[in-house]
Amino acid sequence: MITVQQLTKKYGNKEVLNIPHLEILKGQSFGLVGNNGAGKTTFFSLLLDLIQPTSGSIESNGILVSESEDWKTFTSSFIDESFLISYLTPEEYFYFIGELRGCNKADIDALLANFKDFFHDEILGQKKYLRDLSKGNQKKAGIVASFIGGPEVVILDEPFANLDPTTQIRLKAIIKDLADKKGVTVLVSSHDLIHVTEVCDRIVVLNKGEVVKDIQTSAETLHELESFFGGSAESKEILATSEEE
Amino acid sequence: MFKRFASLQWKAFFRSSSLGKSLAIKIIMIFFGIYMLACLVLMGVGLFFILEKTFPGVDPMLKVSSYFLYWILGELVFRYFMQKLPVIDIKPFLLMSIKKDSIVHYILGRSAFSFFNFLALFLFVPFGIVLLIKGYPALNVLVWLFVIACISQFINFLNFIINKSDKVLLGLLLVLITFYAVDYFQLYPIQEIFGNIFYQLYANPIWAIIPLVLAILTYAVNYRFLRNKLYLDSAVKEQVKEAETAELGWTKRFGSIAPFLQLDLKLIWRNKRTKTQVFMSLLMILYGLFFYSQDVYGSTSAIFAFVGIFITGIFMVNFGQFIPAWDSEYYTMLMAQNIPMRKYLDSKAGLIYVSIVVMFLLSIPYVYFGWQALAINFACAIYNLGVNVPVVLFFGSRNKKRIDLQKSALGNMQGASATQFLVILPLMVLPCLIYFLFDFFISFEVATAALAVLGLIGLAFRNKLLDKITSIYRSKKYGMIAGFSENN
Repeated sequence: MITVQQLTKKYGNKEVLNIPHLEILKGQSFGLVGNNGAGKTTFFSLLLDLIQPTSGSIESNGILVSESEDWKTFTSSFIDESFLISYLTPEEYFYFIGELRGCNKADIDALLANFKDFFHDEILGQKKYLRDLSKGNQKKAGIVASFIGGPEVVILDEPFANLDPTTQIRLKAIIKDLADKKGVTVLVSSHDLIHVTEVCDRIVVLNKGEVVKDIQTSAETLHELESFFGGSAESKEILATSEEE
Repeated sequence: MFKRFASLQWKAFFRSSSLGKSLAIKIIMIFFGIYMLACLVLMGVGLFFILEKTFPGVDPMLKVSSYFLYWILGELVFRYFMQKLPVIDIKPFLLMSIKKDSIVHYILGRSAFSFFNFLALFLFVPFGIVLLIKGYPALNVLVWLFVIACISQFINFLNFIINKSDKVLLGLLLVLITFYAVDYFQLYPIQEIFGNIFYQLYANPIWAIIPLVLAILTYAVNYRFLRNKLYLDSAVKEQVKEAETAELGWTKRFGSIAPFLQLDLKLIWRNKRTKTQVFMSLLMILYGLFFYSQDVYGSTSAIFAFVGIFITGIFMVNFGQFIPAWDSEYYTMLMAQNIPMRKYLDSKAGLIYVSIVVMFLLSIPYVYFGWQALAINFACAIYNLGVNVPVVLFFGSRNKKRIDLQKSALGNMQGASATQFLVILPLMVLPCLIYFLFDFFISFEVATAALAVLGLIGLAFRNKLLDKITSIYRSKKYGMIAGFSENN
């Protein structure tokens, strides 16, 4: 589904990402872990053509993302609050995204009905604009909006952060369901090793912009990751930059 | 303690984002500020002589007093729109070991030094000096100036008590209009009666005690109110307005640009800065009166081309020049979403077209000043539609500065850069120049027609122009995303 070739991104002389080759298969749930400044958000931004690669390319479903905009029809994402339109109510926001992705109101209402549990009665019918919702609830709205319109690729940056425990558990089920049953390629980044190992078939560890581990998830994965990050965490903490905010 | 608060305030001002702007804007803002103050001072100096001349035989002091009522009511309305209530800044202090009393005194005391409180003084102190020179009794004049300062403070604290209540605003406006109407139709001499009352403040300095007491009283009321409500869930809380959902189904008839049009309308209506701009634009329709009512220009002066471009295009300039920065908060989303750039721009253009047509319709009454006024405004409207809309959108592609929609409206220069000043040249000056040349060398009819024809040509090539602009926006995409995500 997604093929990365010789991808690098430099800011000045500083190389923040360097991935010689990476292939993500269709229907895979792909987890990206790493410390601050490892290049997770940079990678996702490149995938969404929000920043330009210094060299190399990303192909999504055979489309070069930096050349054509056709990937937008089957890709959706939630990176941060800048994906929300603060002065809309959640419903208006969902309908707006729906119109962009060719869904009418009834489609959206049907989709939203599936997320009733996830919303926990705190999103819909609140008579509040998105800007007046709490951080966690904003995030919920943004994540659900990324499921609108039957995308084939869903990209979520740190989806578990700021969510309450119940919602985290529900989100894990939703992501698993998307990848396993609907064949959606889900890309998730996280700081929480437990969540990622539970959700993802495959986990890639980024460190200072390079892929240092590429694991098919198994029973030992969590332990492996913990020892990796635990062992060298201190030295990495010092090197961590503030590039990723 | 107070010193520390003051130093914080100092830092807040000098490290604020609005002051950290590029040098050019700083200079222009400072210049504008000085200009405004200078205007007030000049007015203050001239006021005495103007009143003496226009109302011979009447004591200018009495005349000034008679406007006091309108000044107070007007300033309350003005402050409702302009002045920010200071309570929101309290939050960080609540956890520190500072007595709540001193926090409240600090907040209120700080507002006593608000810019708004000095506006009146800038007008009346020069006026007072003229009075002294003219031989008015020094004691009375000095006490009177003290009275002005007290009234300013009274208005200041009263404004906090009103606390942005829409109902009070409506009441104020109603009172203001009723008084004015009653006066204007000579039903009852309200202005004169209040004029005499306020004149007593000058004539008998002892009455100065009343404004002083009022100022202290309103301070005390504010103090009591805040002191008891200094909790996160009461006074310190920002007011959250209940959201209204809007269907805007009628936009559907605009076809594929409908979702964006809906978004833009909500953008304008639900954010303070944009909403104020709409009201300001509507008010600006009156700007023409300023020129039309003066005979010195004749009926075909180039100044009227400027007026025509200005009043039919004021919304275009105000709103259009910050496209696409209005959407900067969620620009990354728009770029990652399934959105054709062309549709996005089409909808913005559509919105501006509507505004131009509406402003032209509103300007029709100027036909009262001669058919030429109507002809010029019509030609200018067409010129705006055909030429200036693409120009504004083109310059928009240079916008890289973020605009936070939630921030206050007036005097907010966020998102402004040198582009915003440069854009005035092609937008306003160029059509005036064209008009002037044709008018000067050939005739008024040809000059008006020239503007209209240019506009029509622009409209004919609309699609080509917009295609070109679309590709420019696309090529500048990464720079815009990076710029808009920068908090400034």
